[in-house]
Amino acid sequence: MKNYIIRRVLMLIPILLGISIAIFLIMQLIPGDVVSGILGIEETPELRAMWEKKLGIDKPLVTQYFNWISGVVRGDFGESFRTGAKVFPEILWRFSISAELAILACIVAWIIAFPLGILSALKRNSFIDRIVRVAALLGVSVPGFAFATLLILFLALVFGYYPPIKYVSLMQNPLKNLEIMILPAIVLGSSMAGSVMRMTRSSMLEVLRQDFIKAVRAKGAPERITIMRHAFRNASIPIVTLVGMQIGILMGGTVVIEQIFSIPGLGQYLLTGIFQRDFPIVQGTVLFMATIYVIINLLVDILYTYIDPRITYS
Amino acid sequence: MGHLLEISNLKISTPRGKNLVPLLDKVSLNVPKGQCLGIVGESGCGKSITATSLLQQLPYPLRVTEGTTAFDSFQHGKVDLLTLPSKKMRNIRGREIAMIFQEPMTSLDPIFTIQQQMFEALQFHFPRMSHKEMLDKCLSMLVKVNIPRPEQTLSSYPHQLSGGQLQRIMIAIALMNDPRLLIADEPTTALDVTIQMQILDLMNELKESNDAAVLMITHDLGVIAETSQHVAVFYAGHIVEEAPVMELFHHPQHPYTKGLLKSISSLSGDSNLLYAIPGIVPPGGSWDAHCRFAARCEYASEKCLKDVPALTEVASGHLCRCFLHRQEVEA
Repeated sequence: MKNYIIRRVLMLIPILLGISIAIFLIMQLIPGDVVSGILGIEETPELRAMWEKKLGIDKPLVTQYFNWISGVVRGDFGESFRTGAKVFPEILWRFSISAELAILACIVAWIIAFPLGILSALKRNSFIDRIVRVAALLGVSVPGFAFATLLILFLALVFGYYPPIKYVSLMQNPLKNLEIMILPAIVLGSSMAGSVMRMTRSSMLEVLRQDFIKAVRAKGAPERITIMRHAFRNASIPIVTLVGMQIGILMGGTVVIEQIFSIPGLGQYLLTGIFQRDFPIVQGTVLFMATIYVIINLLVDILYTYIDPRITYS
Repeated sequence: MGHLLEISNLKISTPRGKNLVPLLDKVSLNVPKGQCLGIVGESGCGKSITATSLLQQLPYPLRVTEGTTAFDSFQHGKVDLLTLPSKKMRNIRGREIAMIFQEPMTSLDPIFTIQQQMFEALQFHFPRMSHKEMLDKCLSMLVKVNIPRPEQTLSSYPHQLSGGQLQRIMIAIALMNDPRLLIADEPTTALDVTIQMQILDLMNELKESNDAAVLMITHDLGVIAETSQHVAVFYAGHIVEEAPVMELFHHPQHPYTKGLLKSISSLSGDSNLLYAIPGIVPPGGSWDAHCRFAARCEYASEKCLKDVPALTEVASGHLCRCFLHRQEVEA
């Protein structure tokens, strides 16, 4: 197990190297660069040369890449071209916001998805099951931005409620922070809930057909124990896989939803970086997201061994 | 002798479109106290659903559409298992009626240890039992079913044990609370031939020592011969013949029973070929108003294609559903 984890972490290195090179090259392909963004109409060849020298983008691509990556290895992700601020602390701060949003979205999703998915499997083909399945389909298929817009409009027109625009951190004012986070969490959570609900339903149906469920009931088990201790735990492996992937994606920030609700998360940071051709921001953020994603997948793989004793890694 | 369980006119159906298609058609059976009743028949003739309906465990979307049962429960008196409220049903499951399933490999939850799963059988009925008491009880049960190294087995997961061991554990779980009725649904079918006999011997032994009645469901007349006192032969959703075990083996009346007996492979037989009854069991929904075996029967006459024969007594305690039997008795 220990060896397995070490191997998986070591495998992270080539993955991240590959990602960093790919992103570096892709950024070169985007027309326009940071200097024309900074200078605008005042651009002259002299000013441009000065800025390029200042930002270090006058050097050959290979040199630029190695300068950057050697900093990353030492924990220095460089500074923003635009503001000169260190990138890494900014990423960490924004990650804490995206992670909070992701956790809230998961809570929303699970509160909806697990009970309804289980209920839907138990009452297969009943009226409740049909309602749940339609709701799940809506959750999966309605795009987040559409639901977000409708939700904001609905609250504004019917209740005259406008969500706060200025971000307040959890430490400053937890309640105010929750008020800001809850709407995007509901939007993200409901789309997660759709797919989790469908997975819960189908996985539960699969397990409920198994012989050992009959055998547990034949021992005189109360339904609650049959369903929760035996059926749901066995059904949870594919659900954990799905949820793990969703968390991985959410932790990296959600560009559109953060934009709509003006949440200063990682997604927004990345978007700003791309718009302004701010290469250190983009490169750093993408690398960070990839790391988070891989780590969460590793955690999911480790979690499997706790759920199912038949799964071992050697 | 009093009957522990009486089943009368049990009918089980499955919805198909707007209709209900019968899968089991008015089956009546009695299980006497402390005896073993065997149910034998090919796959799909309604043996297993008869058993599962008794514990209210029919697979979706099957349902009981007719019939009653009378089970002599020591907790609730005479009860109809088919309509018993779920709370009382849970008191009976695992305590008064236990079940052993066909597939020991899939009948235990793969993510719990044997100990956790054996403990459950006690906890569900005696929630106040101490850990020590449960442990002692489980160990003694494992010894009873001849599991070597019981302590080690308790801490194992199902995938670490063999099919034979798992079936012994299933039997141990089933007999944990000294049930009055043990339903065994093809308990040896999934096992190696060498293990089958051991499991049957074990079941016989434990039945004797616990004074439990057994409902033995199998497609194997050999198993019936080993275990049962009384046999019911099922065909296409109803009973075609019912008799004490020796009577059935020595004087089979129904052509289907004869076919089954002939198809047992025999070492002393002079033919190298295995006998097989031609054709297949007509599935539920395709039962016409005549003898359901007629299409496969070598003795079928015109009468057999016109009427459904009734289950009638041909000798004392021997029932048969065939138009032929009278001529045969005379002959």
